[in-house]
Amino acid sequence: MTTVEERPATEIGQARKRKEDRHLITGATTWTDNLTLPGMVHLAILRSPMAHARIGSVDVAPALERTGVIAAFSGRDFADSQGTIPCAWPVTPDMVNPGHPSLAVDTVNHVGEAVAVVVARDKAAAQDALEAIEVEYEPLPVVLDMEAAVAEGAAKVHAHTESNRSYTWAFSSGEAGTGEPIEDALRDAEVTVRRRFVQQRLIPAFMEPRSTVVQPVGDGFTMWSATQVPHILRTMLALTLGVPEHKVRVIAPDVGGGFGGKLQVTPEEVITALVARRLGKPAKYTETRSESLMSAHHGRDQIQDITITAQRDGTVTGLDVHLYADMGAYLRLVSPGVPVLGAFMFNAIYKFPAYRFVCEGIFTNKTPTDAYRGAGRPEATFAIERIMDELAHELGQDPLELRRKNWIRHEEFPFTTVCGLTYDSGNYEAATEQALQLIGWESLVAEREGRRASNDPVQLGLGISTFTEMCGLAPSRVLGSLDYAAGGWENAAIRVLATGKVEVVTGASAHGQGHETAWSQIVADQLGVPFEDVEVIHGDTQSSPKGLDTYGSRSLAVGGIAVVKASEKVVAKARRIAAHMLEADEDDLEFSGGKFSVKGVPGEGRTIQEIAFATFAAHDLPDGIEPSLDADATFDPENFSFPHGTHLCAIEVDTETGFARIRKYVCVDDIGTVINPLIVEGQVHGGLAQGIAQALYEEAVYDDDGNLTTGTFVDYLVPSAADLPSFVTGRTTSPSTTNPLGVKGVGEAGTIASTPAVVNAVVDALRPFGVTDVQMPCTPERIWRAIHEGAEKSDRAASGTVAYGGASTSSSDGSDGDQL
Amino acid sequence: MTRVNVTVDGVRYTDEVEPRLLLVQYLRERLGKVGTVIGCDTSNCGACTVALDGKSVKSCSVLAVQADGAEVVTVEGLAGPDGALHPLQQAFHDHHALQCGFCTPGMIMAARDLLAENPHPTDDEVREGIEGNLCRCTGYQNIVAAVRAAGRAMSNSSEGVGA
Repeated sequence: MTTVEERPATEIGQARKRKEDRHLITGATTWTDNLTLPGMVHLAILRSPMAHARIGSVDVAPALERTGVIAAFSGRDFADSQGTIPCAWPVTPDMVNPGHPSLAVDTVNHVGEAVAVVVARDKAAAQDALEAIEVEYEPLPVVLDMEAAVAEGAAKVHAHTESNRSYTWAFSSGEAGTGEPIEDALRDAEVTVRRRFVQQRLIPAFMEPRSTVVQPVGDGFTMWSATQVPHILRTMLALTLGVPEHKVRVIAPDVGGGFGGKLQVTPEEVITALVARRLGKPAKYTETRSESLMSAHHGRDQIQDITITAQRDGTVTGLDVHLYADMGAYLRLVSPGVPVLGAFMFNAIYKFPAYRFVCEGIFTNKTPTDAYRGAGRPEATFAIERIMDELAHELGQDPLELRRKNWIRHEEFPFTTVCGLTYDSGNYEAATEQALQLIGWESLVAEREGRRASNDPVQLGLGISTFTEMCGLAPSRVLGSLDYAAGGWENAAIRVLATGKVEVVTGASAHGQGHETAWSQIVADQLGVPFEDVEVIHGDTQSSPKGLDTYGSRSLAVGGIAVVKASEKVVAKARRIAAHMLEADEDDLEFSGGKFSVKGVPGEGRTIQEIAFATFAAHDLPDGIEPSLDADATFDPENFSFPHGTHLCAIEVDTETGFARIRKYVCVDDIGTVINPLIVEGQVHGGLAQGIAQALYEEAVYDDDGNLTTGTFVDYLVPSAADLPSFVTGRTTSPSTTNPLGVKGVGEAGTIASTPAVVNAVVDALRPFGVTDVQMPCTPERIWRAIHEGAEKSDRAASGTVAYGGASTSSSDGSDGDQL
Repeated sequence: MTRVNVTVDGVRYTDEVEPRLLLVQYLRERLGKVGTVIGCDTSNCGACTVALDGKSVKSCSVLAVQADGAEVVTVEGLAGPDGALHPLQQAFHDHHALQCGFCTPGMIMAARDLLAENPHPTDDEVREGIEGNLCRCTGYQNIVAAVRAAGRAMSNSSEGVGA
């Protein structure tokens, strides 16, 4: 007799503790830097101290004299073999891609660019020998300011290009036929509000520094790397280095966070592969944190000129968006596409009849930008949620009422937006109502008014962000129409072992998201097997050969559905064998709780485990049936998913010191069906932390010479536990109608939504002082200046021109560039 | 080269090391104790935190030679010989206090020291106590909950605080 365990009716929805945890909490980890191979050599990279210079000469010979050094190379040693770092997203046919050598050959174009590499028996010896390399740099003019970069007669980042403009990408609802012409809205507007917002440059700052180990194997190689994208990396390395794809194996072992920052083909990966192949020895490169901050790609960095038009009653009539997007010195994997992804999100949850979006991608002598959590959508959400508050202020209306008046009502779904996207489901009213209850909005409003009336030195500000995002990247046809080089499908395979245990192979490569746990829950329900009986295999192109990896809140909404589709095929195969075993017609069988039985005869039946063993033995299978239950599936979504939510922030601002402290933060997110609420909660918390960090703490600052002055964790303020509040989270559930699980994705929601909620709260606290904007991050100094310099100053802040920090940041808040 | 005698997770080691070798490099590169990790080069992130004679230290800020004669405990030495998790490890698992897990070894070791000093910290005391350890994934809320839960569990167990 087998005993029946107490099991939940469905695994989906259970707060299962993670399968991933045990090795991580006991230190039995497999980070790339932990790996040691026989005969392995260690790399250290010499990086440019100049933002822009011609390389006169590089003499690596003195380094070879140092103890333990095996070899040293400059860019010229690999000029013919290193290819160019690939850009997979040529957003326009005439986009200028200047090319991106992994090791600089003729010029350096940002501080931190790799110039030479030393190979030694240990890391310390390699690092020591860097100082012996002699490089002659001939300085070139440094280009930092985006607007100056595209002005007449500007110095150029790349001498061989016509200008510093990489591309201009435009969308217009009038031309696309998805709405009315923006020109009409601008001409006929009863109210027009224009603002300039600055999306400061951020650094993803994953906790595990990047690390790569390459082992030559035959005429190919195996690479271990701290990457989000082993599959994309494999294909791109093959194309970049001219090694046949089937000779390249990429393994992503334990990976310590990514947030978009490890969605890349990095110069360091290419250099390590080049050296390992040149020497015929396994080679390892691990960056220091300082190297990471200056050379791993950055995020955001946009100047956003936003014009919103409305009728006097608050009905919005048009949105006109112009962006300058800083590409940095080079185009990396999806650099140009990041701001373009945002193009579809500026209109957000509102019913704009007319919309125009123009984005200019611009080169500067700074670290390249690329994906960072949200990638284009946080920037868009910030701009629309900030300007909705400014419009409300202009109209003298309540910001929440203005949103209600203009958002898509729940009965209007599916709703096709002014960009042509069809939002499948949502209920903005319900999420907002719950959020207002959770935070106690009415009493906070009363308190704010009281503090205003009494001129309390500590003012209270209330900020709203009612957001949506497009997740589940992505329908391949849509990506094709946007000129992205690859598709957006995902693959899964299921192997049913003889004993009834199940292996799930997924192309979504996790680095903290909990796929092993969530996928196990999905398969447990689909196949009726215990949660513990499912093993999830990922992160190695040999064992999980097909996939497009993890980014853009896509794993569950695309990869999870591939798991469902593969499961359905397994069940279909099992059904034929079950019918044979039960001597019944397939159509008379029902499958429930992992057991096939004849309808109406529930006692008799065969479990999936019994069928698995019968299939393995293969003694008595129906004619023409292969002895296997295994199946795989590749799922290409028909549409994006559209999570949404309402985030509310109450912030106390000490008007004497400028210090802002979040008193309460409430978010209600609607991410569709939840597989594991524990994991969802964690994703929301982490997302909030990063979004709040943009609002209050983080900024990559360059000085006038193009040096990153926030080059360590001393200066780049990743918040600690003491800098963040506890969050109050709620959920509403509007299942997605475009996938069988009804899931939408949660990885980026917190980051996308929270930044404008916090800044709206800061500005709300300062309204009595005539303040209409505070540039991010809203540091005590910036807040204090805004208070003391009032409306006149802060309006100038909003019309500043420079999106990088240091002296020039202060000029963007209207001062003369000498204080901040 | 300088000789060091050091006990790490209950095992005695004797080695000749360069005086400049950091304790974390000694642990990782010489002893293969790669459960302790390096997250920065300015002693800000705390990922490399271990216990040195019972007090938490950032092992990137200690030279291996300074550990001569000392006893070091790393995250690898916390679980019992039967594999039973330390209350902090159990609490981190129960409260979903880790995602990618890179900061976790240091976070657990810092929290262990915190609880030794203050077995029943408030939320704010935990937040201040682990201020020197950065996490990019969790937003800290579940870490705070886990540390407090571990404090309760350790007070209730016969092992007591500091196990």
